[in-house]
Amino acid sequence: MDPVAVVGVGMTDIRRDRVEDTYADLVYEACQKALDDAGMTAADIDVVLTSSNDFFDGRTISSMAVMDACGSYDKNVSTVEGDGTFGAAHAVMRVLAGWGTCLFCVHHKGSESVMPLITNAMFDPIYERFLGIESIASSALQARAYMDAFGVTEEDCARVSVKNHGNAFKNPVAQLPLEITVEDVMASDYIAEPLKLLDCSPISDGASAVVIANQERAKGAARKPVWVKGIGYNCDAFHLGDRDLSKSDALVAAAKKAYKDADINDPPGQIDLAEVSDAFSYMELMWLEGLGLCRAGEGAALTASAKTALEGALPVNASGGCISGNPVLVSGLNRIIECVLQVRGDAGAHQVAGVKTAVAQGFNGPCGQSQCVWVLGGDA
Amino acid sequence: MMAATRVGVVGVGMTVQRSTRRDVTGIELINEAVRAALADAGIKRKDIDAIVIGNMDHFEGINYVDTWSVDGSGALGKPIMKMTTGGTTGSTVAMGAYYHVASGMFDRVLAIGWEKNSESDTTGAIITAFDPFWDRPTFAGAVAGLALEATLYMNETGATEEDAAYIAVRDRRHALNNPYAHLRMDAKVEDIMATPYLSWPIKLGDMCPRTDGACAVLFASEGAVDEFPNPPAWVHGVADRHLWAYTSDPYVNQKVVGGTWFPAMERATAELYEKVGITDALKQFDVAELYLPYSFAGLRYMESLGFCERGGGPALVHSGATDMGGECPVNPSGGVMSSNAIGATGLLRVAEAALQVQSRAGDRQVPGAALALATGFGGCYWSDELVLGKEKPDKVRG
Repeated sequence: MDPVAVVGVGMTDIRRDRVEDTYADLVYEACQKALDDAGMTAADIDVVLTSSNDFFDGRTISSMAVMDACGSYDKNVSTVEGDGTFGAAHAVMRVLAGWGTCLFCVHHKGSESVMPLITNAMFDPIYERFLGIESIASSALQARAYMDAFGVTEEDCARVSVKNHGNAFKNPVAQLPLEITVEDVMASDYIAEPLKLLDCSPISDGASAVVIANQERAKGAARKPVWVKGIGYNCDAFHLGDRDLSKSDALVAAAKKAYKDADINDPPGQIDLAEVSDAFSYMELMWLEGLGLCRAGEGAALTASAKTALEGALPVNASGGCISGNPVLVSGLNRIIECVLQVRGDAGAHQVAGVKTAVAQGFNGPCGQSQCVWVLGGDA
Repeated sequence: MMAATRVGVVGVGMTVQRSTRRDVTGIELINEAVRAALADAGIKRKDIDAIVIGNMDHFEGINYVDTWSVDGSGALGKPIMKMTTGGTTGSTVAMGAYYHVASGMFDRVLAIGWEKNSESDTTGAIITAFDPFWDRPTFAGAVAGLALEATLYMNETGATEEDAAYIAVRDRRHALNNPYAHLRMDAKVEDIMATPYLSWPIKLGDMCPRTDGACAVLFASEGAVDEFPNPPAWVHGVADRHLWAYTSDPYVNQKVVGGTWFPAMERATAELYEKVGITDALKQFDVAELYLPYSFAGLRYMESLGFCERGGGPALVHSGATDMGGECPVNPSGGVMSSNAIGATGLLRVAEAALQVQSRAGDRQVPGAALALATGFGGCYWSDELVLGKEKPDKVRG
């Protein structure tokens, strides 16, 4: 890839209910933070991209409400709907095609959304919706399929929740730092068996933004640029019955493409840190396998060995992950931002020493149907 | 190594546009356009590198259309992303696909726009585009906002309802040449004038219809265009402005900025024409496919697009310059006044512009068309614009 860098990042605090802010207010805060971080103003931005979702926002053309807040006035601007990893990928395309800088922002107010109703609307309107299936129920089916396929236990999944909620204590933007044990997770109420309350990410409000720049414009940025080494995204079948839910072909394909760009042929050996979209605890295990950071079915053992802990050889979700705060859509961009902060050495209390190459992952659709993978690194 | 590349349109597929396509589901409608585009380009699904799809979520009530539609779009095992910006969705998808290819990341990218308005409460959904506190209780939806624009235009220029009706007559008459169009009518100005008022001065005959339809357009990199049987329609440049967040912004700002007619369109036009080298739109463009959502737009937008002076819209169109056989025919396809499957509409403008510069537009062909303008309109007076040409552009223009 021609050199493209993330030169500025901004995240709002992730909170259960930012009742005092509209989502445009959140976008304004995130964009200002990203511009400040880059040492830029809106005048330095060539193109603006936003991500949102009309269902979550209860508003047709939901991006219309943030056009002023994101500083897009009199600029080329567009909207990618879905997870922030995809919108940010399109921001990279705009820069590769010749623009100097692109500001990308994404917002979510779970507090103003009716999540079961809205995520039910991603299923087939004739054959599936009447079943009441939505994000949590479909994920429970996937968790069960995954556990059955590889002999993974609920305790194995619970370890992810314990680790990530613990990491969240060191991340000032995280919503749910929790000092919990595997027993606490196991004792929490079932939401949809085998998923219990503490296996599930919370409802959250938040916004984030990044400034993407080409090599020339990255030179003028205030912070050390973090380079986009590779991007891959790929889509699986829609109907759950058409897929083997215990694995993600789409993630394997997306990772393969991103790794090819980044010249990575030994992911566990070459990747220093991963931030994955653990909307549910089992997902972290599955996504680690899809990313090739361990073999299929070995995510649980990797986690139990503490290799993915903050102090481990391959820290995963050092930030606390989505399970500690999940503004949907924003979450994917936050995975990228956390990788950027880690590569820069700016992650603060949850900084991992010596991160040179990091991988971020996000997804769209039920049970991680459409997957996006980013590899970020310190050298152009 | 990825590097920026020039981009050409090498395949076009569109469905028949009808008020109600009961014979197909949304996914089947998408598939109809995709199959047509693949057949047109002489390739198979496996040859597609990535897909960009768009529509308006609340019309069909499908969340995550990109993941829902894979059986129709052919995205299984491929990269797909959804782009959506309201009325401009189709042109946004086209520009998105253009950037997918121009970036060097993909060589063959399929853009898909679709809508099944027969399954939607269109106005009910559009009303929710507006601010829930300030705009929705008093003033929201498409027709009322356009009526305000039309009134303002008539007041400032002396243009009449009959002037506007001419646009409705022209475009639907052009549609007689387009077998895919929804409203194909040989109407007269008096016929339009006799239709009932929806919101003064807009009458039923002044408005675009609600349509079911889909469109798919294949974009290819400079290195891949020779793989296809059709000559490429080169993308010479793209630009957009989505300036407004509140309904009242365009009107208020018009007064504050002074002399500004349709700021988003004028600023996008200025950027695009400078990039492409357009100094006299009427002379340099051989054809234009414009997103005219209602008749008055066919007067006012010509001025903001630089085809005539401010207030000169009626004289321009009455001169016949925008008719078939005129200096720059507008909407040989029949345009939006004839077919408006909203998510497909902007992409259809690009598809039609491509067919024109490829000399493949059949009965609606403008002889010798070499340079074409395509636009998208939507949001709160948002504007997307693309220039397509027969000749390869001299460089990548971002």
